[in-house]
Amino acid sequence: MSQVQNERALVLVEQDNKGFADINLKVMGAIKRLREFTSLDVDLLVIGKACADLAASAARVPDIRQVLVADSDSCEHQLPENLVPWLAELARDYAYIIVGATTYGKNLIPGVAALMDIQPITDVVAIESASSFKRPIYAGSALVCVATDQPIKLLSIRGSAFHAITLGDASAVAAPIAAVIPPPSRSLSRFISQAIAPTDRPDLTAARIVVSGGRGMQNGENFQLLYQLANKLGAAVGASRAAVDAGFVANDLQVGQTGKIVAPDLYIAVGLSGAVQHIAGMRDSRVVVAINKDPDAPIFQVADYGLVADLFDAVPQLLEQL
Amino acid sequence: MKIVVAVKRVVDHSVRVHPLSDGSGMDIANAKMAMNPFCEIAVEEAVRLKEQGYANEIVVVSVGSVAVQEQLRSALALGADRAIHIQTEESLEPLGLAKVLHALIKQEQPELVLVGKQSIDGDHNQTGQMLAALSGYSQGTFASKIELNGDEVWVTRELDAGLQTLALKLPAVITTDLRLNQPRFPTMPNIMKARQKPLAVIPLADLGLELKNHLQVLSVESPKSRKQGVRVESITELVDKLRQEANVL
Repeated sequence: MSQVQNERALVLVEQDNKGFADINLKVMGAIKRLREFTSLDVDLLVIGKACADLAASAARVPDIRQVLVADSDSCEHQLPENLVPWLAELARDYAYIIVGATTYGKNLIPGVAALMDIQPITDVVAIESASSFKRPIYAGSALVCVATDQPIKLLSIRGSAFHAITLGDASAVAAPIAAVIPPPSRSLSRFISQAIAPTDRPDLTAARIVVSGGRGMQNGENFQLLYQLANKLGAAVGASRAAVDAGFVANDLQVGQTGKIVAPDLYIAVGLSGAVQHIAGMRDSRVVVAINKDPDAPIFQVADYGLVADLFDAVPQLLEQL
Repeated sequence: MKIVVAVKRVVDHSVRVHPLSDGSGMDIANAKMAMNPFCEIAVEEAVRLKEQGYANEIVVVSVGSVAVQEQLRSALALGADRAIHIQTEESLEPLGLAKVLHALIKQEQPELVLVGKQSIDGDHNQTGQMLAALSGYSQGTFASKIELNGDEVWVTRELDAGLQTLALKLPAVITTDLRLNQPRFPTMPNIMKARQKPLAVIPLADLGLELKNHLQVLSVESPKSRKQGVRVESITELVDKLRQEANVL
């Protein structure tokens, strides 16, 4: 009796400063959806240096075939010159190569695709079949559904559009872990430094509540008001491009078309006008609150609850009443 | 040092665009067009590198119909030295575009290629990375700072987690992010001068590439619109609604 072979999918595992990044669980959520259309054997690929802990976390992801680990000096900083040609070879045996649509995934997947002569589909927000996918264009002003005629699909997944799966606990049966030959170091680039803002707040893209400030905050010191509010709510803090450009806060707080895409249960926009590029980054939030003294600010058009008020009166009151 | 900058003609960022009623594409037939903002930043950075003495020639390239010559002239007015128009009526996907740019840099042999990190129409964020992979150049994406240091270029990159600095061996492809610089406006004398600068037209077919688009557009639709919200009069009312009605606190 002949048996239909499953298609194979390769997921590039992303690590953040806490280890196994939340985006990986959202990517697995997208795989769960993809499995409604095709049977998949899923391999997770962990790339790094001294990354045994990360591989052990990855092995607790349910419903996977195995975890592949490339552990070497050449993988330490995920340099694309080392990883991209190697990934393009490694990926040839797979029908799907999938990564989160983060700066990590965006840095790697297009080059891998180009070397495989495949047109990738990035920022996928919906899976319509085994070969058709929706993605936003024009800063989210439209969604395009595209079908690909190519046998290998390279996809990046918008975390905000898929539900995270739950990682099995430490007692669950772990998937097997196998080493793969890591890439050689091609010495085309060197890591110099990385400045990561230390934070004990939840990750912006994973938080249940996000408090964002715009130009109306006037300066960086005034963002303390939003940090206090965030601490009280267990929220992450975000910002508009205007607030980042003005130097009030760091770039990694930017929400919008070219920054982070968030979809929390509650999004509180404070002193933030709501340019279309900003709304592109938060329009899928469940409940949106806008506090702005300009009654004509476009943010009110997407807000479930709008309060026309001076934020310097309103936010302290809100702090008192929570 | 020679710098190649690729620029794209897109719908102006201030124009609100909508899908066509039959869902076959976007209604952009009469929209105001402009240079993609990220490409403007790339041109500006090249001009600054030339002003600082690092570069001696800036070649700007665009792929598309004869209309893209408008954006090439804009780039010449900002300070590029010469322009190349790869002429085609086809709308290429990022992979096709990267192959065209790869063919061009094989001819031009620049030490540095600057491209915008994404175009604000397709929002793909792919072409620069594809070009780096195809050409074997080193890759610096999402740049917010570029510094030349001998035979290396140091690039500060905007990542989800913060800022990262890499040293790239030349030649390199760098994709530009928003905070790299604030592009200048062209002056009237420079706009006049730009008309005299060389602009070469190369039919796409002359590059001898086999290009094929792979994505079929099945539909283009508006995203789900958010339902009209309500105005509240006070923080007390807001907190009450968030607790009782929305159940998010």
